[in-house]
Amino acid sequence: MIDSNNAIEVRGVTKKFKVFYDKGSELKEKMLFWKRNKYENRTVLDNISFSVKKGEAIGLVGRNGCGKSTTLKLLTKIIYPNSGEIEMQGRVSSLIELGAGFHPDMSGRENIYTNAAIFGLKRKEIDARLDDIIAFSELEQFIDNPVRTYSSGMYTRLAFSVAINVDADILLIDEILAVGDANFQAKCFNKLREIKASGTTIVIVSHSLGQIEQICDRSIWIKDGHIEMEGMPKDVHLEYLNYMSEERMDQQEKEQIRNQQNELKQRIKRYGTQDATFTEKKMIGDDGQEKTTFKTGEGMTLELDYQVKKKVVDAVFGYGIFRSDGLWVYGTNTRIDRMDNFDIDKDGHITISMPHLDLIPGQYWIDITIEFGEGNPVDYYKEALKFEVVSNITDVGVSRVEHSWKLS
Amino acid sequence: MKHLKELYNYREMIFSLVRKDLRGRYKGSVLGFLWTFINPLLQLVVYTLVFSIVMRAGYDKYYMFLFVALVPWMFFASSVQDGSIAILKEKDMVKKIYFPREVMPIATVTSGFVNMLLTFIVIFLVLIVTNFGVNFKALLCLPVVMIVEYILCLGVALIVSALTVYLRDLQYVLGILTMALQYGTPVMYGFEKIPEGYGWVNTLLNLNPMTPIITIYRQILYYKEVPNMISLLYVLGLGIVFIIIGFAIFNKLQKGFAENF
Repeated sequence: MIDSNNAIEVRGVTKKFKVFYDKGSELKEKMLFWKRNKYENRTVLDNISFSVKKGEAIGLVGRNGCGKSTTLKLLTKIIYPNSGEIEMQGRVSSLIELGAGFHPDMSGRENIYTNAAIFGLKRKEIDARLDDIIAFSELEQFIDNPVRTYSSGMYTRLAFSVAINVDADILLIDEILAVGDANFQAKCFNKLREIKASGTTIVIVSHSLGQIEQICDRSIWIKDGHIEMEGMPKDVHLEYLNYMSEERMDQQEKEQIRNQQNELKQRIKRYGTQDATFTEKKMIGDDGQEKTTFKTGEGMTLELDYQVKKKVVDAVFGYGIFRSDGLWVYGTNTRIDRMDNFDIDKDGHITISMPHLDLIPGQYWIDITIEFGEGNPVDYYKEALKFEVVSNITDVGVSRVEHSWKLS
Repeated sequence: MKHLKELYNYREMIFSLVRKDLRGRYKGSVLGFLWTFINPLLQLVVYTLVFSIVMRAGYDKYYMFLFVALVPWMFFASSVQDGSIAILKEKDMVKKIYFPREVMPIATVTSGFVNMLLTFIVIFLVLIVTNFGVNFKALLCLPVVMIVEYILCLGVALIVSALTVYLRDLQYVLGILTMALQYGTPVMYGFEKIPEGYGWVNTLLNLNPMTPIITIYRQILYYKEVPNMISLLYVLGLGIVFIIIGFAIFNKLQKGFAENF
């Protein structure tokens, strides 16, 4: 039996989906090819248990395909578990599918009735909420026009207004706060807080961790069908983000090496007299390994080799960092840095150390240059190197400025 | 029992689906809802032309003989055929929203029922305008036979709507079956037309629950007689058995609906 303080109890729920290799649902296929109806059971949720107290708001987080939407569908009773139990107390409403059953030729008002009826409201209840729903949607002038004349924004606004005015005891939400313009989103968000304050139990599935942190008391991180961690949203999200950025680094390294090879083949952007040319270029991390993904604040060392075909008098080495959108983040050369003038007449090696690369996450390019005199190119090598910066802190701008807070 | 109560709580959804279906059916056309009446009226005109000029059947005012049987038959046929795809055609909703799934076949059958009632307005209009006349005492039996037919249709629709989700062929099989059954029901001719010596055919035809229903409709409206309602008990019993089986099948199968599209 469900604890009277709990709104939702999920006990040992396992959900498997049948993945058919070649499915036939026609009689002929079932009879002729019954041997072909082979399938594989894919376990999406593996023996998970959790409970939600009345009036509590929880967020489900996890990467795509981890089973969080399946969990929500199980709670909605659209699908049923293979084993385990789910018990819920009170009227359940789901903001999963907006505008279910809308008929394009019927007016907004008529569709409110149809749509609200699908949520299980009775005629009288809909009558009582009609004004609220229309006011919330801000569609007063258009409410008697057919829905087919609505813009898609108006359509979702109307649908959301119905769904959120259902007055459920338990509200299940799947990634829907991306509705309408910024103003309307803010309004939805406030309404959600209001609903929560009135004692409604809320379960949210979202990739927007910020929204979960603002509304939820607790976060559950689902990973590969089991609960990896649950607790205060901030704590859970920190761990989750750490895990995700590690994952991303692995994937991106592979991808970038591939991309770089392709790019190198396709477009080598370099010009100049070519009397001296770069032959080798590497980005080295703090650990001494060559890499292309760096964390904000990590050090980077550029190791460059060059060969000389003809002596270059009054040579200048330089480099520049550009963000992928073309913003020039930084540039300098040996002259700007007031090194003595020099000529080069034989092959050599350059090491550039940048102990703290305080760049905000994103993609960056590095140009490397050999020039002579006042900016005459010898080997101007554009976009010679590409790297990615990742971080689990979500500050914004171009560069991280070292800082500390003191509140008094 | 708990489930029935929940179903009752979703009655507004049933009403609103029926409303949507009836009103949405002719939306966008110039005459709109009027088509609900014009359609059967034109049908009747065609039958009258064909059967009183081109092809004479052995019945007086054959078009009325046919029409008073055809309208309730169409209700049954549409309940079977539309009923079989009632869940399937709303798969987008079934996949994403919770509601008692029985709502769908119930709404489909109810919408067909209301459509039949509206067509009956046309029938009465024609009966009066053409001076065919009605027997008011016999008319009292009309609501009873309508309700019994509704119960039968509901039972059948519940069963076939759930099964068709798992076995798509059923919708086509049912299409042929209802067409065949139409000839096993006294819609286009009375069973007195069956030659002597085919007693077993008669037995078979009388097992068909639609036989007593259509016979009674015709007795009331065409022959203007007070019908013998005893034969309806068999249909009522069968209808209730179908509904019970229907709910049982639904209960068993509905958990897998969303995963079977």
